[in-house]
Amino acid sequence: MFLWLWVILIAAGLAPGVSRMVGSRGGWLLALVPAGVAVCLLQQWPAVVNQQNVSAAVDWVPSLHLMVSLRLDGLSLLFGLLVTGIGALVLVYAGAYLKGDERLGRLWMFLLLFMAAMLGVVLADNLLTLFIFWELTSITSYLLIGFNSDRPESRASALQALLVTGGGGLLLLPGLLLLGFAGQSFEISELLNHADQIQQHAFYGPMLVLILLGAFTKSAQFPFHFWLPDAMAAPTPISAYLHSATMVKAGVYLVARLHPVLGGTAEWFWMIAPIGTATMVLGAVLALRATDLKQILAYATISVLGTLMMLLGIGTEATLTAALVLLVAHALYKGGLFMMAGAVDHAVHQRDIRLLGGLRSVMPATCGAALLAGISMAGILPTFGFIAKETWYEAVGSQASVPYLVASVLSNIGLVAAAGMVCITPFFGRQTDAAQQAHEGGPALWGPPVVLGIAGFCLGLLPGPFSELLAAGSTAIAGQDVSVKLKLWHGVNAALLLSLLTLAGGFLLYWQRHRLAGVITATDRFMPWGPAGAYRWLLKSVNQLARGQTAILQNGYLRYYLLMMVGLTVFSVWMALGGELSSHLDPMPFDFRIHEVMLAGLILMSAVVAVRAKTWLLSVGALGIAGYAVAGIFVLFGAPDLAMTQFVIETLTVFLFVMAFSRLPDFRRLSSVHTRRRDALIAVVAGGTITMLLLFAMTVRSDHPISAYYAAHSVPEAHGRNVVNVILVDFRALDTLGEITVLSIAAIGVYSLLMLRPAARPGSTDSSGNEADDSSRGSAQRGN
Amino acid sequence: MDIILAITVGGLYAAGIYMMLRRSVVKLLIGLGLLSHAANLLIFTAGGVIRGRVPVVPAGEMQPLETIADPLPQALILTAIVISFAVLAFALVLIYRTCQTLGTDDLDQLKATDT
Repeated sequence: MFLWLWVILIAAGLAPGVSRMVGSRGGWLLALVPAGVAVCLLQQWPAVVNQQNVSAAVDWVPSLHLMVSLRLDGLSLLFGLLVTGIGALVLVYAGAYLKGDERLGRLWMFLLLFMAAMLGVVLADNLLTLFIFWELTSITSYLLIGFNSDRPESRASALQALLVTGGGGLLLLPGLLLLGFAGQSFEISELLNHADQIQQHAFYGPMLVLILLGAFTKSAQFPFHFWLPDAMAAPTPISAYLHSATMVKAGVYLVARLHPVLGGTAEWFWMIAPIGTATMVLGAVLALRATDLKQILAYATISVLGTLMMLLGIGTEATLTAALVLLVAHALYKGGLFMMAGAVDHAVHQRDIRLLGGLRSVMPATCGAALLAGISMAGILPTFGFIAKETWYEAVGSQASVPYLVASVLSNIGLVAAAGMVCITPFFGRQTDAAQQAHEGGPALWGPPVVLGIAGFCLGLLPGPFSELLAAGSTAIAGQDVSVKLKLWHGVNAALLLSLLTLAGGFLLYWQRHRLAGVITATDRFMPWGPAGAYRWLLKSVNQLARGQTAILQNGYLRYYLLMMVGLTVFSVWMALGGELSSHLDPMPFDFRIHEVMLAGLILMSAVVAVRAKTWLLSVGALGIAGYAVAGIFVLFGAPDLAMTQFVIETLTVFLFVMAFSRLPDFRRLSSVHTRRRDALIAVVAGGTITMLLLFAMTVRSDHPISAYYAAHSVPEAHGRNVVNVILVDFRALDTLGEITVLSIAAIGVYSLLMLRPAARPGSTDSSGNEADDSSRGSAQRGN
Repeated sequence: MDIILAITVGGLYAAGIYMMLRRSVVKLLIGLGLLSHAANLLIFTAGGVIRGRVPVVPAGEMQPLETIADPLPQALILTAIVISFAVLAFALVLIYRTCQTLGTDDLDQLKATDT
């Protein structure tokens, strides 16, 4: 099983090369990989339907009992087939969609990366493994939505999707951890045996809320649904794959997967079913408002995702099975519809249904694909979509939950009308101007949706063999044996009557849709107040907060940074040692000699002169004198090496500064008297603090164990009598190496700053003039 | 003597910090120089000072015979002197080029990253 993931990842790595060497037809080549994985999955079919689950695991961090474990049961197999099967079609389709585009290799790579992540989600048995793959799907989704990275709205949509789903992931992680702690295992197959214990655990409520928030954000449930329509900024192959068939179903998958562990309680029902129902109705209503092909499909997807959640929330055997049937039906028809929309967009460069019409004659194959999928979406005989709707109505109806049944029928009426808007409006009626220039794309553009459409019909006509896999999947969701017998024709019953009612209502709505225009414009002004508006407001506020805080802390004035640092240091020193300082300061021997005091006085005086000097030269001179005086101190207190170095370096410094004198601007007094007084006060306080700290440090000084070691071992081990030198070149030779490195880096920096000139900017006409100005000013100053 | 040295160090720090708080970028250089003197002397004093007593093992001996000046701070300061020279030289050239390219020595006018 790990092999499947690795093969797809390797294919992802090879994708850019394939795109360069084979071109857009490489999609057929790459599609072999997921197709092969799908065949491997099919080979497991007999074992899985007989409840013999396949599993594999490797130790990840054994000391933490962390495993990467995979398990294949009915639910995983079903999802795995969708991921790899539709994935193979999408790779072929993407090749034709982005034909000739140099970014095609990148698109394939991201798609394959996503495929590996998604396959990982549905195969994972360990909660943390699942979470990691879950986050990987969010990240690859971000890369894919922002594929047109040169368009700002594309980037904004990608960021929005990442923030919403990533935020959900952030909540999901603690939820999964709580679940793991409550069930004392991170293996889902283990947790199944501890369902009672978990549901009675004190953490049950919090973990359920957290996990569901993760699932709701991922599967675009109200009020987090707004990211999905915006994600349509992605190229269509991505919308077809991630945002209808697979990734958005990850939340549904998670809820289904954890149903036997967490489900069956009143909390489960009340947290999921109402949200799902609201999403279902809202999605259907919003789909009717939209005019962009992909937007209509996105809202219809939201509606179906809501339905799936509702069915899982109700949680009877029948509704769980219905959810699974609907999920498969939806993946087949919605993936096909998105590809159809992409083909239209590709040919006409127009997705607004108000500007589309009469495409049937110029794009017959695409029209066929649209009709195949549309019939399934509307739930008309003999498609799998019809079976799905029948099962759904039956399952909800048998619960006698009238509100849910009414909501289901209403949302389905909306979806039938939406199917008409997507599949009939662009292809029939009067041919628009835009449609006249259109022409059919290659078979790679209309082939994949036709394949999906035909698959929908085949499953509808012959649901028998598929039932056993659905039974295995439902068993995994329900946690007990479920038998499923799907049939196309159930005879005339309540569900069929409801279906007819739905179709009639839908056709009426589609036929009279122009009457809705007034309602739509009337509700337009409420739209900014939706969750999308809340998201934008939140994002703007966070940015403003960050900007405001940056303006205060990172104001760009060097001296305020310094003031802050000095002030904080002084403050914290006094906070920490204020009380102790005074008690330690009494016993200070006053033993000094006159020449020492004079040297110290010289240092202080030259410091004052250096500060008060009005010219650069005087200041540099004072600095040099202070340096020599410091060297004098070194001489007096047993440090001749230091003194020698200090003399040499001080001489060099003064020499360098004096050389630079003619090229630097001279001192200017730029600050006001007030500022100078403030700075002087701060400087004196800081200096005083250092003095106090130093005196304190001397009173608490302990023995010199390290120095004593060096002194004792200098001759026997390093054969050197000057202990300081031995430390530098022997005991701490690596420090000296570092010092030499610093010196060389500084030397390179000095050299490059002096010798290298910034290249003249292309297009700027006055750069040479500036250069001339610089050199003339330099020579003028040198002349001075 | 400790107390005198401590006051000297404090004075050098005060002078260095004051100069680094100035708006004129050339004064910042002087501040850096004063600050490195201050830091060197701080380490020297904090290690404890002894008059004379050079940390050298007399010829023919294996170990120093009497208490010697602490060699470790001296080794640190030796490194620090050289490095502060490198920093000072680099800062000098950087400021020289900044003034030359941007035509100002006022730090308040060097806030933006674009020229």
